[in-house]
Amino acid sequence: MSTLEALEQQIETPVEKSISITGSEAVLKALIAEGVKTVFGYPGGAIMPIYDALYDYEDKLQHILVRHEQGGIHAAQGYARTSGNVGVVFATSGPGATNLVTGLADAQIDSTPIVAITGQVFAHLLGTDAFQEIDVINITTPVTKWNYQVTDATELPAILAKAFYIARSGRPGPVLIDITKNAQLQKFDFTGYEPCHHVRSYRPKPIIRKEYIEEAAQLINEAKKPFVIFGQGVILGRAEAEFKAFIEKGGFPAAWTILGLSALETDHPQNVGMLGMHGNYGPNVLTNECDVLIAIGMRFDDRVTGRLDKYAKQAKVIHLDIDPAEIDKNVKATVPVWGDCKETLPLLTELITKKEHTDWLQRFYSFTEEEQAIVIRKEMHPTVEEMSMAEVIDALNELTKGDAVIVTDVGQHQMVACRYAKFTQSKSNVTSGGLGTMGFALPAAIGAKYGAPERTVVAIIGDGGFQMTLQEMGTIMQFGAAVKILILNNNFLGMVRQWQELFHSKRYSFVDIQSPNFVTIAKGYGIEGQTVHHRDGLKNALKEMLDHDGAYLLEVMVGKENNVFPMVPQGCSVSEIRLQ
Amino acid sequence: MKQEYTITVYTENQIGLLNRIAIIFSRRKINIESLNTSPSEIDSVHRFTIVINEVEEVVKKLCRQIEKQVEVLKAYYNTNDEILWQELALYKVPTDEIAEKVKVERLLRQYGARAVVIRKDYTVFETTGHREETEALIKALEPYGLIEFVRSARVAIIKSSAGFHEKLREFESQQPGEEVIENEFLNKRGEVFTM
Repeated sequence: MSTLEALEQQIETPVEKSISITGSEAVLKALIAEGVKTVFGYPGGAIMPIYDALYDYEDKLQHILVRHEQGGIHAAQGYARTSGNVGVVFATSGPGATNLVTGLADAQIDSTPIVAITGQVFAHLLGTDAFQEIDVINITTPVTKWNYQVTDATELPAILAKAFYIARSGRPGPVLIDITKNAQLQKFDFTGYEPCHHVRSYRPKPIIRKEYIEEAAQLINEAKKPFVIFGQGVILGRAEAEFKAFIEKGGFPAAWTILGLSALETDHPQNVGMLGMHGNYGPNVLTNECDVLIAIGMRFDDRVTGRLDKYAKQAKVIHLDIDPAEIDKNVKATVPVWGDCKETLPLLTELITKKEHTDWLQRFYSFTEEEQAIVIRKEMHPTVEEMSMAEVIDALNELTKGDAVIVTDVGQHQMVACRYAKFTQSKSNVTSGGLGTMGFALPAAIGAKYGAPERTVVAIIGDGGFQMTLQEMGTIMQFGAAVKILILNNNFLGMVRQWQELFHSKRYSFVDIQSPNFVTIAKGYGIEGQTVHHRDGLKNALKEMLDHDGAYLLEVMVGKENNVFPMVPQGCSVSEIRLQ
Repeated sequence: MKQEYTITVYTENQIGLLNRIAIIFSRRKINIESLNTSPSEIDSVHRFTIVINEVEEVVKKLCRQIEKQVEVLKAYYNTNDEILWQELALYKVPTDEIAEKVKVERLLRQYGARAVVIRKDYTVFETTGHREETEALIKALEPYGLIEFVRSARVAIIKSSAGFHEKLREFESQQPGEEVIENEFLNKRGEVFTM
């Protein structure tokens, strides 16, 4: 053995149990130990030590420099939603941290696992109105599942382990860790990273009560018109297979909330469509006719239930949820099945009788036919010259065969995309459901692409929402995320305009939004693109977008004053849904 | 029907948790009538006592939201007849006035008060009891020039509680026992399943 080899061996063998590292390095070691591959972020004064450490970790951690911290957290959300892993975002103190707030709120309400790491001024400057000092812990308390300020580096390994555990376990959510600059710089004896599996005061999953499973099975077995409604809980619980086995054995019609979309493939015969305000006709009307309503991993949002005092009053309600605070929050449960649906669904499946419910399912199909005749066919094949959003989605379906990840922004295009896009696999729909954050789609799509690099990611965005975060094309330009940007441009803030038309006597107050030349802007960022004005060119343009090697922007001009129907007007019951 | 509810919360002793709990009320525009934080019978466990005026349905949901917080171990809510509670009040009065005009001994006995300090310029009395009792002494002292008055938050003991030691042991184990997950449906199944 040469001296050099001996020396190398010596270096590789740890001589001591602990090594002296900085707090910043401890942060990066924690991320690597948690399996994080990609981080989104933006540097600044108070987080510089972490970025300095990152300089030496470039080969182990991919850092995507976004153009705005809001873009960073939305990207982390998109990443979490398609990968199923925790999304990580870095931001500096003060404005860097406040720019995360919208994304944290979005992740909180949509149960997305996020660890946000913010830099903070030196501990001795806390509370002195120092440069870029803000009380980020108190600002983010209402919009995080948990948050914590670290002022001493020795705390970092355990706190980060706790952060990841809390973010991903139980009902997932965003966690923010604020680290003062002195803690980032501080050297301490690091003895290794221990993942966290238990926090005394925190119970991620309620204990499953067999009695309720039995109670629920009995109700289901006696039911003549059972109806399953499901949400993102199925996806977050990775329980798609268990869910399918359950509905197939019971022969239940199943409808989804927009966050539950893609948990069950679109073409499944028991998939009867979308719930809520712009959902399908059958599921809304028949909610008020079913005898047993089986809600799985959903939270009875007001956009789903419409008027609560007229919601499913005739039905016995079985509510499966991992979060006990959701039971009885909006709709009283006859049988509360607390627990992780990955565990509760198989228990329930075992106890239910195999049935078909053919006639009942037929009721849904006949509502579908009616909706087809009055709404869908018109939307898909308009007789007017203007293109409809639905026909664009329909053309896209044909090309993607439902295999793409669809990321949507907020508004009319979101409702149309969710209604008409087809899905063949789970974790394929990324949208801002609870918070309704315009500007979500472009950065979320970038993150979604890193979360599922082998898949096609199409970001469907309105002309309004795109202008909120279009600077993230800079991120695409620099790092090359092959995101397909599909702008459905109606030259209006369409959803607000629709409401102004229907409920404010067409008083179009500030919804007439002007747009720049999107294709030129994209070109400025080195992104290829084109605008389509007529349906003759639509299919080819979509094909060109999908076939293009790399990111692409396609702007499709659609009808200015098209409305999204069906619609449950605000203050109405779901069964009062309007088809036109 | 709205009535007084006392919410007892067992928590970790953590900076920022007070805010996390307080905003659960303020977000829903619910006024906290009284709030006390103190140690509990267990060394590391803190105890919040919160009084609000609300209907039971709302109080129950609030408790679930409170329990959902990572550092909260358990939240209970009780009506006034299910608890024993006290509030402490201090009264500062001019010594000369009170010594001249009042039979202090009798006053103290009548209101269950005691003198905390007697100085030449002022005297401080202290009493504990329910709101009406501490308020009655204000009325009695007002004629003699009450200089300063302060009352503490409510502290309450739940009559039926067996303490938190047993529960804590379950929280500490990796697999929390069934008792930790309180489930009011279990005992009230009859009522629930007749709807």
